[in-house]
Amino acid sequence: MAGAAAHADHGHHDHKPGFVKRWLFSTNHKDIGTLYLIFAIIAGIIGGFLSVMMRWELAEPGIQIFHGLASMVYGVEGDAAIDAGKHMYNVFTTGHGLIMIFFMVMPALIGGFANWMVPIMIGAPDMAFPRMNNISFWLLPPAFILLLLSMFVEGPPGAMGVGGGWTIYPPLSTSGQPGPAMDLAILSLHIAGASSILGAINFITTIFNMRAPGMTLFKMPLFAWSVLVTAFLLLLSLPVLAGAITMLLTDRNFGTAFFDPQGGGDPILFQHLFWFFGHPEVYILILPAFGIISHIVSTFSKKPVFGYMGMAVAMVAIGAVGFVVWAHHMYTTGMSLASQRYFVFATMVIAVPTGVKIFSWIATMWGGSLTFKAPMVWAIAFIFLFTLGGVTGVQLANAGLDRAMHDTYYVVAHFHYVLSMGAVFAIFAAWYYWFPKITGYMYNEPIAHLHFWITFIGVNLIFFPQHFLGLAGMPRRYIDYPDAYAGWNLVSSYGSYLAAVGVLVFLVGVVEAFVKKRVAGDNPWGEGADTLEWQLSSPPPYHQWEQLPRIR
Amino acid sequence: MLGAAASTLGGGAFAAQPEPWQMGLQPAGTEMMAGLIWFEQYTLWFIVPITLFVLALLVYVVVKFRASANPVPSRTTHNTTIEVVWTVVPVLILVAIAFPSFQLLNAQYSPPREAELTVKATGYQWYWGYEYQVGDSPFSFEAVMLTDANRAEYGKEDIAQYPRLLAVDNEMVVPVDTVVRVLVTAADVLHAFAMPAFGLKKDAVPGRLNETWFEAKEEGLFYGQCSEICGKDHAFMPIAIRVVSKEQYAAWAAQAASDITGANKALKAAIAADKSVASAD
Repeated sequence: MAGAAAHADHGHHDHKPGFVKRWLFSTNHKDIGTLYLIFAIIAGIIGGFLSVMMRWELAEPGIQIFHGLASMVYGVEGDAAIDAGKHMYNVFTTGHGLIMIFFMVMPALIGGFANWMVPIMIGAPDMAFPRMNNISFWLLPPAFILLLLSMFVEGPPGAMGVGGGWTIYPPLSTSGQPGPAMDLAILSLHIAGASSILGAINFITTIFNMRAPGMTLFKMPLFAWSVLVTAFLLLLSLPVLAGAITMLLTDRNFGTAFFDPQGGGDPILFQHLFWFFGHPEVYILILPAFGIISHIVSTFSKKPVFGYMGMAVAMVAIGAVGFVVWAHHMYTTGMSLASQRYFVFATMVIAVPTGVKIFSWIATMWGGSLTFKAPMVWAIAFIFLFTLGGVTGVQLANAGLDRAMHDTYYVVAHFHYVLSMGAVFAIFAAWYYWFPKITGYMYNEPIAHLHFWITFIGVNLIFFPQHFLGLAGMPRRYIDYPDAYAGWNLVSSYGSYLAAVGVLVFLVGVVEAFVKKRVAGDNPWGEGADTLEWQLSSPPPYHQWEQLPRIR
Repeated sequence: MLGAAASTLGGGAFAAQPEPWQMGLQPAGTEMMAGLIWFEQYTLWFIVPITLFVLALLVYVVVKFRASANPVPSRTTHNTTIEVVWTVVPVLILVAIAFPSFQLLNAQYSPPREAELTVKATGYQWYWGYEYQVGDSPFSFEAVMLTDANRAEYGKEDIAQYPRLLAVDNEMVVPVDTVVRVLVTAADVLHAFAMPAFGLKKDAVPGRLNETWFEAKEEGLFYGQCSEICGKDHAFMPIAIRVVSKEQYAAWAAQAASDITGANKALKAAIAADKSVASAD
């Protein structure tokens, strides 16, 4: 792909600053990327903990653990503990959603891997605005702390935390929860949103202006393409969220009535604004994953990506159409029949570019010479599980059918197949793919495969039965359910315990790699890995491309 | 589908509630739901083969093109024909899904005739209120989830017929074969009025009066649950609709205006009497 001069011998130019300057005042995209990855792992463990507690609660009908949890954390007893527990369950669902989206998947894919790899892949020495990059990261920990703090201050009268779901629909998020918990959560989202907007500006500027000589847009690696599209989605959608939650804030505290019918407002307006952000957001979560999967599939097939142009255009198409389908989340709100027809049509259109991507990945493997290292195994599983989540999405696109499935576990199963198994599988694929490059050490292959199989079986046990629960009518965000739903819920909970074991195996693998210090070499993947990062040393020099690579 | 469900409920009266290890939609209590079930199965005829096709392709490439079987990779990166095919075929599949989908959607907004009864359902934290706008004597009552403590009070000890978390003290009662318009709204926060067996789900929004309709084809007791998060007792405000004969409904409505508890007791007695007559036949 590129005829870059060897840069490994530039090691002696590495003037790494001291600890505080390097990690707190960091302006180096690789250090900031590392910080993001560490942050995402911590947030992922917290978000995962919340979900395992929910599954533990749902293992059997009745309220099992949350009254105990509430009395432990909030010091309430008896019936008050039951009530506090019910609300606490909602706080956990809300926290799980917000943390996994804003503090795990986005920091991992965009802040972490994109920060690390996009400048290297396009032959740039760093991001366009290194100091802004630093702010982007350091806005996240306070945002996360605000969200965690919100769990310990009053939400609804007499209970702690925000329990409105990650969608924070009013009036439950205004008059329904007057306490300061919601204000903290809103501020947290504001800050996390600002962080992402700054990051998006940085990526767009970097990709447009800092590509190495000869690297035209259509020679750019697909991961850079995916991040470019993602950055535009962030830039255009997050300000809408910021506006919506600002209105929420003023409704709550300053007597406005944007969403309050008693003052002439409309709760449904918030849903339109939220999903105008929220739907592009789900593509923000998955598009970088698409880019990563393309590289991994190509590398381990020893073949260039099939239909490069189609792949890039498909991502642009998904990003563009993703902006005009938002109200398919709102079929039951009382939207007009004509609007529903439009949103059904527009939503189904997205299946076409997505199909192009799935088939192009398979065509990339077709005729290749496949090796099944850990990244490839995660990537192949991604393709299958994302397809499974995609086809249930096609069902849900139909307003007539969504009538039965809306707000049931069918939807929960659908979006976890595309995110928990799509985005997260891509994160793990990327982790194993770039771990040797980032750290210089080789991970342990058997541990990585064990991690994969435990996770694969675990998450399928969790989420496949949820299709059945949803069809049978079980609504989401329920702490307790009619006894008939007990069977599949138990299966689902066992799956969640297994997936939790998978996380432990992952952490063991990370520690093992750092303890054993197996030297990975510049390019452990061989001839298939032809993007620029594999021409650098592992780990790359502190400042790469002091002499710009020339792309032919 | 309908027959299988009815046969599991030996009592004679049709009813719908989730069953243990259920894997599909609840049996249809309305034409609309029958259409919805048909469409769900229709989509499965596309999505299951597509998923299996992708799986088969993956298994094939994994086996056929593994490094030991195929050491020298090809360099193919383009094939216009196949790229056109995998763009056009999905479009055709989507068109095939779209036509019945739009028919189903239209049907949901096309009641066969003017509504013969209007009931207003209001969501509260955390129960439902029902308002019957009938004749000169409109009446209303509240439906709160049945707890173990008050089962005996309402004569609803039978857990199979009145399941935990689904049964309520006062059901919404409607006559069979009647187009019922439901006006859905909420008094405090969002709720959603849902009845799976009727293919019904409508958000209850403060300040808005949403409208939906159903025409129950079978008598029986049907259960749904609040389907929009509304606070701590979101899981504890079920919706129960009792579909009865037109005569039973008329008698119930006449009494309900003044004495809802008495009307419900009389209605239950009437249903039980009908059943014993039916089984004696």
